[in-house]
Formats: sequence, structure tokens, C-alpha cells
Amino acid sequence: MNLAPFIDGSYGVTAVFLLGIGIQTYHRYRRAAKRLGAVETR
Amino acid sequence: MSENVLTTGPIGKTGSWFHRYANPGRFLRLVQPTLPWLAGISIILTVTGIVWGYAFAPADWQQGAAVRIMYVHVPAAWVAMAGYAALAACSLFSIVWRHPLADLAAEEIGPVGAGFTAVCLISGSLWGKPMWGAYWVWDARLTSVLILFFLYLGHIALIRAFDNPAHGHRAAAILALVGAINLPIIVFSVQWWNTLHQGNTISITGGSKIYITMLYPLIIGSLGFYLCFITLVCTRMCAAIMERRTRGLLLAAAERASHAAPTYAERAS
Repeated sequence: MNLAPFIDGSYGVTAVFLLGIGIQTYHRYRRAAKRLGAVETR
Repeated sequence: MSENVLTTGPIGKTGSWFHRYANPGRFLRLVQPTLPWLAGISIILTVTGIVWGYAFAPADWQQGAAVRIMYVHVPAAWVAMAGYAALAACSLFSIVWRHPLADLAAEEIGPVGAGFTAVCLISGSLWGKPMWGAYWVWDARLTSVLILFFLYLGHIALIRAFDNPAHGHRAAAILALVGAINLPIIVFSVQWWNTLHQGNTISITGGSKIYITMLYPLIIGSLGFYLCFITLVCTRMCAAIMERRTRGLLLAAAERASHAAPTYAERAS
């Protein structure tokens, strides 16, 4: 049985999840900091 | 502090201590400078663990190369369970001490924990097909982890199900505490029932049945996953605190503007 698709699939899912949630969290943090900064200096 | 908060006796004193040292503003000041460091270390450890497991760790004498799935499946499973334990702890703090940070932490732990549980289930399923001949079996370990995933989803949904956010947090906290009974069931399922899932290979009390060349990448990857989880939750908590503060400032500004503006009757006279 060719195991490569199962191994690559597991690592692929993990990488996509970690990258996805990491990027989403980073952008949310940056947006929140930017908006707070703008409101505080108003 | 809310008038409902107990301030006398040992429980009340513990609550005061938590309130003094972990209010949202202090949390933000304390955690914000550490975030780049946390993110850097977690990326280094996670990438090292994953690359080591994928490319350099030895194949198993029975499972062959399929054992490489272990280096993402096991850390994801550990973090999923630890995340739920943290969620239950936050729920306890929220119910007993009405801790503002506990509600915030619980809200942010939910989606991250659910994601790690999904990774655990999908990678486990991809490991099951070549080893057992099936992507899914209704085995005690698999079923209890699936229930953990549903508990996470229920918690996420319940928090957002009420018009009053406080009611949502209260209901979700009760669900999280009741659901904590699932954690020992997951851990001991492979001992209590005859399962297709293999028994515990790693033990912190000694007697681990895994060779050292496989253990090192697993430990490094697990530390990376744990740190990733902590970094993600802390970053999301900081973002949530800043979002709340922005909302508060905008509301206050709108209120000031409405008081300062002359009413229709004043303008007419």
C-alpha cells in the first residue's frame, strides 16, 4: 500500500490549520491594535 | 468588582487575588511584550518537530512509514485535551469568581481547541485507513474524541446563542464543566475497553514504549504545539480586549456627543 498520500495528507491538514489560524489571529490582532490606536488618538 | 463576587473566606480571598493580578488591562500590559517571543519559539519548535518527524525520524518495524503521522496526530490530541482542561478551569473561575478574563479566555480557547481536535481526528482517520483498513471505527477512544470535538462546537455556539453575552458565557461555562467528565474517559478508554486504538505508549511515570529517536521529535513537536496553542489564545485574548476597549471608547464618545449636541427643542427656541 502506498502510504505517501496518508502521511502527506496528515501533515498537509496540520500545516494548513496552523498557518490558517496563525495568519487569521495575527490579522485580527493587528486590526484590533490599529483601530484602538485610531480611536484613542481621536 | 461585581457585587455578586464573594469577597470573604478562603474562596473569596483567592478570588480577590485573581482579580488584582489578572484584570484585562494588566493582562494586556503583561502579555503583549511576550507575544513575539512566544510566537518565535513556538514556530521554531513546531517546525523542528514536524520536519524531524516527516523527514528524519526512523520508520516503525511494524507500521513502516505510516508511524510518521504520529508526530502530528499525538501532539494535536494532547493539545486538544489540555485545551479542554484549560476551558473547564476558566469556566470554573468564571462561575465561582465571575472573573472577566476567564470568560474572555474561554471564548478564545474554544475555536483554537476545536481546530486542534479536528486535526487530531483527521490525521487519526488518515492513520487508521492503512493500519486498520478503515477511516473510522466506533471505537471508545475515537468516539470519545469525537464527543470532545462536539463539546468544543457546542461551547462556541452556546457563547453566541444569547442576546445578553453574560448569559451565553454562563451557559457555555456549565456545558464546559459538565463536559470535563469526557477527559478521563478519553485518557482511560484504551484501558477500560477493548479498543482498536493502541494503548498508551508514553508515560510520564516511566515505562514509555517508544524508542528515543522517535521520542525526541515527538516531544519537541508537542512542546511546539502547546506553545502554539498558548500563543494563539493569548494573542486572540489581547485582540479581544482591544476590541472591547475600542467599542467602549466609541460608545463613550457617542454618548458625549449626544449630550453636547443641542436638542431639537433647544435649536427651535
